[in-house]
Amino acid sequence: MLKDISKTLIGLWSLIIGLKITGKEFFKPWLTIHYPRQEVKNLNTYRGHIELTGQEADPWVPKCVMCGRCAEICPSGCIHIEFHIAGEEDSSQTEKILIGVGVEIPFSGKKFVPTAKIERELDIFNLNYNLCSLCGLCVQNCPVDSIKFSKDVYLAGRSRQDFEYDLLKRLKKQG
Amino acid sequence: MKPNESKFELNGDYYSTRFEPSGSETGDTLILNMGPQHPSTHGVLRIVIELDGEYIKKAEPVLGYIHRMHEKMGEVKTYMQYLPNMGRVDYLHALAWNWAYVGAVEKLTGIEVPQRAEYIRVITCELNRICSHLLWWGAYLLDLGAFTPILYAFVDREKIMDILQIVTGSRLTYCYYRFGGVSADITDEFINQTKEFLTDFKTRIPMYHDLVTGNMILRGRCEDIGILSVETAKQYGATGPVLRGSGIAYDVRKVEPYSVYDKFDFKIPVGQNGDAMDRYDVRIAEISESIKIIEQALESLPDGYHINPNLPDRIMPPKGEVYYAVEGARGKIGIYIISDGTAKPYRLKLRAPGFSNLHLFAELSQGTLLSDAVSILGSLDLVIPEIDR
Amino acid sequence: MINFLYNFLSIPLVHIIVALVAILAFIGLNGVVLVYMERKVAGFIQRRPGPYEVGPQGLLQPVADALKLLGKQLTSPMGADKILFWSAPIISFAPVVVCFLPIPFGPSQNSTGMELNLGLLLVLAFSGINVFALCMTGWGSNNKYSLLGAARAVSQSVAYEIPLLLAVLSIAFQTGSLNLSEIVSSQQGVIHWNIFMQPLAFIIYFISATAETNRAPFDLPEAESELTAGFHTEYSGMTFGLFFLAEYAYMIVVCSVATALFLGGWDGPFFDGFWWFLFKVYSLMLVLMWFRWTYPRVRFDQLLNICWKWLIPLSVLNLILTAFFYKTGTLKC
Repeated sequence: MLKDISKTLIGLWSLIIGLKITGKEFFKPWLTIHYPRQEVKNLNTYRGHIELTGQEADPWVPKCVMCGRCAEICPSGCIHIEFHIAGEEDSSQTEKILIGVGVEIPFSGKKFVPTAKIERELDIFNLNYNLCSLCGLCVQNCPVDSIKFSKDVYLAGRSRQDFEYDLLKRLKKQG
Repeated sequence: MKPNESKFELNGDYYSTRFEPSGSETGDTLILNMGPQHPSTHGVLRIVIELDGEYIKKAEPVLGYIHRMHEKMGEVKTYMQYLPNMGRVDYLHALAWNWAYVGAVEKLTGIEVPQRAEYIRVITCELNRICSHLLWWGAYLLDLGAFTPILYAFVDREKIMDILQIVTGSRLTYCYYRFGGVSADITDEFINQTKEFLTDFKTRIPMYHDLVTGNMILRGRCEDIGILSVETAKQYGATGPVLRGSGIAYDVRKVEPYSVYDKFDFKIPVGQNGDAMDRYDVRIAEISESIKIIEQALESLPDGYHINPNLPDRIMPPKGEVYYAVEGARGKIGIYIISDGTAKPYRLKLRAPGFSNLHLFAELSQGTLLSDAVSILGSLDLVIPEIDR
Repeated sequence: MINFLYNFLSIPLVHIIVALVAILAFIGLNGVVLVYMERKVAGFIQRRPGPYEVGPQGLLQPVADALKLLGKQLTSPMGADKILFWSAPIISFAPVVVCFLPIPFGPSQNSTGMELNLGLLLVLAFSGINVFALCMTGWGSNNKYSLLGAARAVSQSVAYEIPLLLAVLSIAFQTGSLNLSEIVSSQQGVIHWNIFMQPLAFIIYFISATAETNRAPFDLPEAESELTAGFHTEYSGMTFGLFFLAEYAYMIVVCSVATALFLGGWDGPFFDGFWWFLFKVYSLMLVLMWFRWTYPRVRFDQLLNICWKWLIPLSVLNLILTAFFYKTGTLKC
């Protein structure tokens, strides 16, 4: 009987301690960041969608060598690349070579050693950001560091088409 | 039936029409659906309950509302392409799933991991474990009706997410580990912020204990609820804090140590009775143990590469099979890969700890009140996307 | 002119009509103020601002809420009993207005709606009608969740009326009357407040009041995480608004009775008046809100346990002690 009463009294004291804690928290300042009056401070590590880097000599031309690794390794098939072999006089007639969803790049298992210099020109580099999972595999596997994260934080759109980017056009605008 | 007519079943759907009520004497029971949309089933879990007044006579969980075919995706994606999937299976402890997958493929192909990468993996995984346990704590109390502790837990959780964002770039569904190491090296900013956070956090844990653990009302809701005996736990294959609450000290980090866990000194908290209060205490104690591990790891962090510099160009494991298990916040996470020598796995099996833990619920909730069933469900720490994969 | 108004108001009929109109306005205003206060208090305890955007510092938030509730479609579930379903909110809300009549807001004759010798009994009787409304919602909603919630609510309300009554009875014993104005006038001066004389009765009264109004930690009937809003699951729009308003109004009634009985009503260290009454009522409301945001929910059988095993014996003991001390002349009223 006595044990019951003492247990109850200890329990009641625990309730008062709980009240004290919330009471103290009542007077402490707010911890929420009041967007849009304030902004979050660690946005430099935010990734955002990818974009192309320009060459040093010519910022409008991307460093991309059209190896196709980014498109191949993307888990969601966001990247779509089209290029043609340069040096043809009438480039509209040449066959455009596609890398992207559904295109298997044959892998012979041997390291590829080019015998002559191959010039390629990039025609289309599209990103479908609706499918992107922001894993970063494309950025990390590019052999020439042509892709980087854009850190585009305040991104909003009204339709699915707003998130399908033509990255070449974007590079030309930025350069 | 005309082409545009739809049949509206008032009696119920496939599961509720095939639910066999247990033969009760009164025959006067209520079949209730704690439906897929419910504030306290963590995710889309549907439980068909037969109630006699307020007592549960039979409970049957119905799964599959969030089946996303992760295992099928494993068969059509290459090894590298599958990495982001692992962050989405159990988004609360994503790094443990990352680790299990990466460890399995490394074991199969024989890729070595530098020491620094191992330590970084330990630090980030333990930080993620603290995150997961904090969210569990807040959500459990929210189920029981206390609205403030979840917000206090989120204060600390935001700090951890900010810290992990520095190196991984993500806040929740991390895709940070790579075959042979981690994706980016940790910076000084990361180390300083982690140390600051740990000192801060250690002063807040007593506040959590004061506000909640000693609270008489909470003790009334958790003590002697859902007592899990050792035999039942073993029969169902329960792992993690659910098993440790019943008294068995099985923690993959101690029993089958992987990576560098044998170099750290930490205890395994174990409960005695197997009730919900013991599972609660085990998880809170695990947070303190994780803090200890992180401190030890930060102290003895070696220099070196953060990823194996001699990685093969493409990951093509040899023919064979491998099983790799890690200790997640919810239990033992296992990944079983059968490889046939090509770039894509032949079969990828994910062993989710929640799947074995969920079916304990049907057993433990028999004869209890509805409020107790909610308490038991919360104490099992289930994440339904992990169960449904 | 003032004399004429005063005489006019003394006519009982006019007095009651003016009082009823004033009470309706008071309840409406309270609904607005309390919604805002609850959300702000919740926000501050949880280290966040609470409503902020609508109007300066979120002051127009309750207006937005009221407009939203008014604009919603009034639906009833298929198979619901129309009469029961639609009359339940009205039956829940209507008795509250009457409960405000005997409460003494201020020292003068005009501050009480109606001077009743059985004021306390009136308040307790009319707040019991709420149970009836709960039964009607539970059955009329054609929803298993509502039924469970209503069953819980009914047993809870009925059980906790007993310690409420017994605690209040000790004060009535001590003062010798059930007239609220008389009880307040007998507590002039801070040291004469009944809370110092009968602290146990105050605690029992406050706990029973929290349970009667379905507030946390006794808010099982509206348990969001178990029963998805319990007995008012199927109500939307203004019907829900009526339940909501009724709940806040009952809270005010209960706190007003507590102030009148235990904290000296309109009495204060200086400048007696209705401002002290309101101040005390709102402080008690603040304490009720404080409870809500701190504690988890009490399980149902534990709730009834507390009532039957702890509160009733304690309140009976309190009553016996009061009677004993009063009889032997130690306690002078």
